[in-house]
Amino acid sequence: MPGTVQSIERAAAVLRLLAQSTRPLGVVEIAHALSLPKGTAHGIIRTLHTVGFVDQDDRSGRYLLGTQLVRLGGHQLDRNELRSCAMNWSDTLASRTGESVKVAVLDQPLQLTIVHHVFRPDDSVQVMEIGAVVPAHACALGKAILAHTPATAARLKEATLEAFTIRTVTDGRALLGQLSTVRERGWAADVEELSSGEASIAAAIRDHGGVVVGAVGITGAPRSVCDGGRNPRPRLAARVVETARAITGELTRRRE
Amino acid sequence: MRPEYVAAIDQGTTSTRCIVFDHAGRLVSVAQREHRQHFPRPGWVEHDAMEIWRNVERVVPQAIAQARVQPAQIAALGIANQRETVVLWERRTGRPVGNAITWQDTRTANLVDQLAADGGVDRFRERCGLPLMTYFSGPTLRWMLQQDPIVREKAERGELLFGTMETWLIWNLTGGPDGGLHITDVTNASRTMLMDITHLRWDEELLDAFGVPAAMLPQIRSNVEVYGTTTAALPGISIAAALGDQQAALFGQTCFSAGEAKCTYGTGAFLLLNTGPTPVRSSHGLLSTVGYQVGEDEPTYALEGSIAVTGSLVQWVRDRLGLIESAPEIETLARTVDDNGGCYSVPAFSGLFAPHWRSEARGLIIGLTSYITKGHLARAILEATAWQTREVVDAMNADSGLALTGLKVDGGMTSDHLLMQTIADVLDVPVERPLVSETVSLGAAYAAGLAVGFWPELKGLRHHWHRAARWMPEMSARRREREYGNWQRAVSRTYDWIQIEDEDGPEV
Repeated sequence: MPGTVQSIERAAAVLRLLAQSTRPLGVVEIAHALSLPKGTAHGIIRTLHTVGFVDQDDRSGRYLLGTQLVRLGGHQLDRNELRSCAMNWSDTLASRTGESVKVAVLDQPLQLTIVHHVFRPDDSVQVMEIGAVVPAHACALGKAILAHTPATAARLKEATLEAFTIRTVTDGRALLGQLSTVRERGWAADVEELSSGEASIAAAIRDHGGVVVGAVGITGAPRSVCDGGRNPRPRLAARVVETARAITGELTRRRE
Repeated sequence: MRPEYVAAIDQGTTSTRCIVFDHAGRLVSVAQREHRQHFPRPGWVEHDAMEIWRNVERVVPQAIAQARVQPAQIAALGIANQRETVVLWERRTGRPVGNAITWQDTRTANLVDQLAADGGVDRFRERCGLPLMTYFSGPTLRWMLQQDPIVREKAERGELLFGTMETWLIWNLTGGPDGGLHITDVTNASRTMLMDITHLRWDEELLDAFGVPAAMLPQIRSNVEVYGTTTAALPGISIAAALGDQQAALFGQTCFSAGEAKCTYGTGAFLLLNTGPTPVRSSHGLLSTVGYQVGEDEPTYALEGSIAVTGSLVQWVRDRLGLIESAPEIETLARTVDDNGGCYSVPAFSGLFAPHWRSEARGLIIGLTSYITKGHLARAILEATAWQTREVVDAMNADSGLALTGLKVDGGMTSDHLLMQTIADVLDVPVERPLVSETVSLGAAYAAGLAVGFWPELKGLRHHWHRAARWMPEMSARRREREYGNWQRAVSRTYDWIQIEDEDGPEV
């Protein structure tokens, strides 16, 4: 069994000390409190400052817990709450586009879970897909989220991705190229990349801090979702983007 | 400018909303504000009517602004409201006399017992369709008039006005002390115990029995007609519909034929079955109520199964126990385990409503062992709503002689996927949610739109109904029967809890 890493133990002690303190602390104070050489304490604090876990008070030069650290342990969006916020807007999107609507969150680095599903409003028999797991790289919902997930680029660079149809993008670099387009225009699409006979358009949902927490999108037959050139219809994309914004607004209001 | 939209106010138990709908019945914008719940004593639940009116003044313009439409594009305004909640106010100043007393309030338990001593709880059922319960407005109003001789005197002189929430809002929307309309609608009036349910008019014998002066009562109108024009909140709009929230949901779900039913899951849950043009008297603990009346047409009646505590149980877990931060998290917590672990909860917070009607019952959590986690408790909390629905459906099947083949659901709790699946499992029928789950507001909007010709006729509204979700039963028959048996044993243990009561209510 490997031993513990001393510098991480010391960094944890510094963070605990700052968390307990009612005011910012100086390097000497921290060194004394933890019986550390001043140089060691300074090195730990500078490192924690670089990664954003410690902030420095501008006026006094003393240190306090970083706002990023606070956010790290903060409230994570509950997926059932996301569904509850998305419900009215997803219904409206389905009725305005005539397509089925899904909301998904990223579960694993490249895997989505469907958290909400509104049937295509044609009263045909459809199966509830809430709880289903979907590969993120092969669908619009996944691309809308991956485009705004910082760790994605490194993960995709060398990756070979699984193919689900002949149109699935399996080359990581090619997918990264698509994701930069997604960021530019604000929505993602796939045309028969996950399943033949299905095309979809999706846009990212953000929480009150602007972090992407999921995506909402429509799925339908390629001929209804796309124009003659197999390009997603701009009118539908605009509706999807509008819906993502409305859900983002709802999430923000609930947190106020 | 051509009218393209209809607005609806949904004045509910916990919040007030305004929703704008377009011609296809699609939701365009929503504005919402919660109001405070006052609990001055155990069993007492009050609202500040002024706070609610201020919320209406805010949410209506907000919803219109959010929809980015001009007031002139709004064809009409419809109102749906929490039913049975009583407001008393001064005709001259518009000031409410104390807080509004809500439908959840049980302070009239003793009064109801006294009234039932002479002829039983069903003594007025033939006339008004309802059993004597703390739930309805009549006993509450009598309690308010008994509290203070000055209040009674003023009421007799016509200086005080009585209303349920729609009456209070319409009066304020149309000028308040300056010529405000003092009216109610047949569905809200049918919940007071003061209206003759067959002839749809205030009944002298009932007014006598409850000691209510006729001078304070609003005029009874149909659900679908232009009552007047707003002078406040958003002046110049036709107020063209008012319905109790559950009847509004029946209308919004387009249950226009006898035999069609819906269940709305909010603070409480309410299952209404359209029974056609004559009131059906229940022998299984259901209520006879007016479904809706369009203008001068014959009224349509409904059987109702009311469940007092469903969504409010989840709120209790959030606000009083602090087990979750937001209501939807109950599902997350429940999914940390696979079943209830033998734990059951019966939320008889204000007694049990349909089909038991036991006002002396109180809530319990039973089956506790050291194995039980908060996840099991969350399961028990959600399952309580499902089993209460099952009891009401059983009663409806018995009264109507038909077996329900599917349930149309709506309301905020339909966003709880696990709950909807559980309801399909325990009822053993498919559960369907329509595309617009805001059926209370939609029903008020439909009614208002019909009144002004924005929509030409009732049946055409059915084309707007589309299925947004369907949950199919998955539970085995054996497990269903075993669990139902456990639930029923838990229910029987809530009976006879409140025993000694004095004038001020239960000792605590």
